[in-house]
Amino acid sequence: MRYLPLSDADRSAMLEKVGAKSANDLFRDVPQGLLLKEPIDGLPLHASEMAVERELSAMARKNMVAGDVPFFLGCGAYKHHVPATVDHIIQRGEFLTAYTPYQPEIAQGTLQVLFEFQTQVARLLGCEVANASMYDGSTACWEAIGMARRITRKSKAIISAGLHPHYVSVCKTMAKFTGDTLETELPGLEAATDAERLIASIDGETSCVVVQYPDILGRITDLTPIAEAAQAKGALLIAVVTEPVALGAIKSPGEMGADIVVGEGQSIGVGLQFGGPYVGLFATREKYVRQMPGRLAGETVDAEGKRGFVLTLSTREQHIRREKATSNICTNSGLCALAFSIHMTLLGEKGLTGLAQLNHARAREAAERLGAIPGVRLVNDSYFNEFTLELPVEARPAVHAMVEKGVLGGVSLGRLYPCADSLKNGIVVAVTEVVSDADIDALEAALMEVCK
Amino acid sequence: MTVATESKPASPNPSGWRPSAPVAGEGITAPTVTGNRALMLEEPLLFEIGSRGQTGVDFEARPGGSSRLGGLERQGVDLPGLSEPEAVRHYTRLSRQNYAIDLGLFPLGSCTMKHNPRLNEKMARLPGFADIHPLQPQETVQGALELINKLAFWLIDLTGMHGVAMSPKAGAHGELCGLLCIRAALEARGDARQVVLVPESAHGTNPATAAFCGYRVENIPATKAGRVDLEALKARLGPDVAAVMITNPNTCGLFEPDMKAISDAVHAAGAFVYCDGANFNAIVGKVRPGDLGVDAMHINLHKTFSTPHGGGGPGSGPVVLSEALAPYGPLPFAAKFPDGSYKLVEEETAGDEHPDAFGRMVAFHGQMGMFTRALTYILSHGADGLAQVAEDSVLNANYILRSLEDVLDAPFAVSGPCMHEAIFSDKGFAEGFSTIDVAKALIDEGFHPMTMYFPLVVHGAMLVEPTETESRANLDQFIAALRSIADRAKAGDQALKAAPIYAPRRRLDETQAARKPVLTYDNPAPDGSSTGLGAHFGGG
Repeated sequence: MRYLPLSDADRSAMLEKVGAKSANDLFRDVPQGLLLKEPIDGLPLHASEMAVERELSAMARKNMVAGDVPFFLGCGAYKHHVPATVDHIIQRGEFLTAYTPYQPEIAQGTLQVLFEFQTQVARLLGCEVANASMYDGSTACWEAIGMARRITRKSKAIISAGLHPHYVSVCKTMAKFTGDTLETELPGLEAATDAERLIASIDGETSCVVVQYPDILGRITDLTPIAEAAQAKGALLIAVVTEPVALGAIKSPGEMGADIVVGEGQSIGVGLQFGGPYVGLFATREKYVRQMPGRLAGETVDAEGKRGFVLTLSTREQHIRREKATSNICTNSGLCALAFSIHMTLLGEKGLTGLAQLNHARAREAAERLGAIPGVRLVNDSYFNEFTLELPVEARPAVHAMVEKGVLGGVSLGRLYPCADSLKNGIVVAVTEVVSDADIDALEAALMEVCK
Repeated sequence: MTVATESKPASPNPSGWRPSAPVAGEGITAPTVTGNRALMLEEPLLFEIGSRGQTGVDFEARPGGSSRLGGLERQGVDLPGLSEPEAVRHYTRLSRQNYAIDLGLFPLGSCTMKHNPRLNEKMARLPGFADIHPLQPQETVQGALELINKLAFWLIDLTGMHGVAMSPKAGAHGELCGLLCIRAALEARGDARQVVLVPESAHGTNPATAAFCGYRVENIPATKAGRVDLEALKARLGPDVAAVMITNPNTCGLFEPDMKAISDAVHAAGAFVYCDGANFNAIVGKVRPGDLGVDAMHINLHKTFSTPHGGGGPGSGPVVLSEALAPYGPLPFAAKFPDGSYKLVEEETAGDEHPDAFGRMVAFHGQMGMFTRALTYILSHGADGLAQVAEDSVLNANYILRSLEDVLDAPFAVSGPCMHEAIFSDKGFAEGFSTIDVAKALIDEGFHPMTMYFPLVVHGAMLVEPTETESRANLDQFIAALRSIADRAKAGDQALKAAPIYAPRRRLDETQAARKPVLTYDNPAPDGSSTGLGAHFGGG
């Protein structure tokens, strides 16, 4: 038991000190018959580090590793190159094994990082303030709808057809219990987004309009007219960014008038990890900060007048407000926020714009070649590093057929919208800086084969 | 600054070494030019040392060409960069201003700050787990689904429950999941109940979660012995009560001996029992919550199963469910087929296989990176080791309780052993002295403070959770320090009010931070022009 420092001699001496006859004697409040005297039946006993490593490695080997094959999956999680520095720093014990910075005098490292993170996120999303992170993009999206309800005192949310369907699912789950009504539609395989429908749908009952940017099919739409239309009716515009690298190339939602901007920060500094942990981004206008969920780090001074940072505005939070809190959220995604912040610091404006341009250039090359395959149609007029193709065949089996050829070729819309017949030939292809010329060759060849 | 050196503990250092010269900072008044003090290095903000033209990454140049960005090209973003050496130094210096489990005892009650084994980190970084996409075709992620399934079965077996929802992102998210299951089950039988009962000593997340789910929250009183008042609870149960949320072991560090009777009464009234599993560390392998009649309980993998807290997350909060609630768990989940293959049950097949599921709580499948770490830890300990974890965590807490009860008021010490944490109050401190003074003095002694002022049912509460990963020598050193500080608090030693004096910062002004919030950095603008989009907020 390599993680337990007490020796049997320690245990005996300590039991004597506390006046107990045995360890089980300390559990005397447990009702008779319910205290387990032996290890639970059918479960293995302790194992050496080497044995555990062997068992985990065997499971890991059964998975197809993104970095080992031509890889084109996106739709809310993206494969980017993460500099080696990031993973080194987040494994420093002082960051890895610290708790929530409730004792600021000995947590300035975490607190200053969170203050820097908030500033980076606010600037990237084009907003005045950002919080210290949420669980992920989908839960941040839901929290934004709840925040809009509190601000506007209305409860009808108009959801763009371009919002990630899993995000819609999360919002629907929550709305069942809060009484919000959500208006949603399926996307169409066309270049135009549903911006006009959204604008036409806004009425006096609307709390918010929720628009993903770029959207689930990779399309980019100008948010300015939607923001103006929403605000004219007393509603808020919530913009959702699932690929923050895009904001190194395209205007930020805040610049276009979004009131709340949420996002999935995974692309920057956080690996794919089969879906989590990720890091939710949440930014808004300064006037709404007291309605914002989640932790906030703020600047102050210590007893000697030195600058320092603390968690602040906690009167919004559950440990103070209990049932009146803005959210029940208690953790943030601290270590992932740190990874995001380190990566963003290494990038800076110069690196971020370079990265974004490289992604866009790669995606253009791929889109032009794949869109030229006979029978294949490029749906998008606009895109950043992700676009949708309409295949002459159903996309879901095509994706599986490409796996047989060792290519992870994209996300079929059949996977995301299993009941939508109109979308079944659609496939979303993401092309980031990690994609090589040979990878594009492989995808092109595989697609040609499956589209025959 | 004068320091009461004579009140330092007698022999707190197991090596026998005592500083013979003044310790760093003591009696020193001369400032250094840099503001640094040897290894204590001040670090400016990124925005004060970085620049928009600097970067720590290199990219190949790509040929230009017409963009397809919809005419929405961005004109600049004010994000300063650092070169790699500068970045490494920036974050390394900042890291050294943090306390951490790797540095010493971190006895935050209810938070379970135990050692984080590095094997967990290594396994989570295997490319087969770290570098797979959540939407990869299922035949390419069989090992990942196997891992989720394996962890799920361990959690079910360890808790004696029927099913588990793996996707919740943290403990509070798990609470939400559990209450949503309860609400869905009640609605399925056409029973619209409106009230959730929560003990006064509960974590703040409990009432916040219940309120979010649309329930009215009512408190249940505690007995003088720090337990749920069973008679008061029984008297309040009725057709309007949907659920009772109970923490067991509770936040006073005590096992609820009436737990089974509570569950029976709650079930007889047609309601459900939600158990806050934050303190599962104390009973893992010793007691199964399912045997106590629990219907839903979240498990904080970052507490009981040693995944790192990372300065405030990420957490992970799978929820084990009773047979009555399991059909209502969220999508997606991993299932095993008789042929040994694994499958993710999602929207497509949920209609046939899981028709009562209430949908997704998160976009993907939960905190995979935390699952890998937790399973690594569980396999390392095995069923026998996990029971030893519970025993040692309880033994360590009782050792602290019995080593301090003569100098600190321990309100429940007479009622028997505590579980994994010991609770003390500020009773007996000199006028004007409180728990915070003790906590800040512990910082100067090289310890992280205990949980302060929680639970609310104990005045000036100090909740000490040493965990099982502390040696007896560490506990003795902590006890010696806390005894000394308790004596000083009772004697009214004014020096305590100044603590901490050796930390990177003295006490920070939280009132100013809240009154004039400065939440983002504002570039200085000597020419008066705006320098960035991150507009300054509030004062300063």
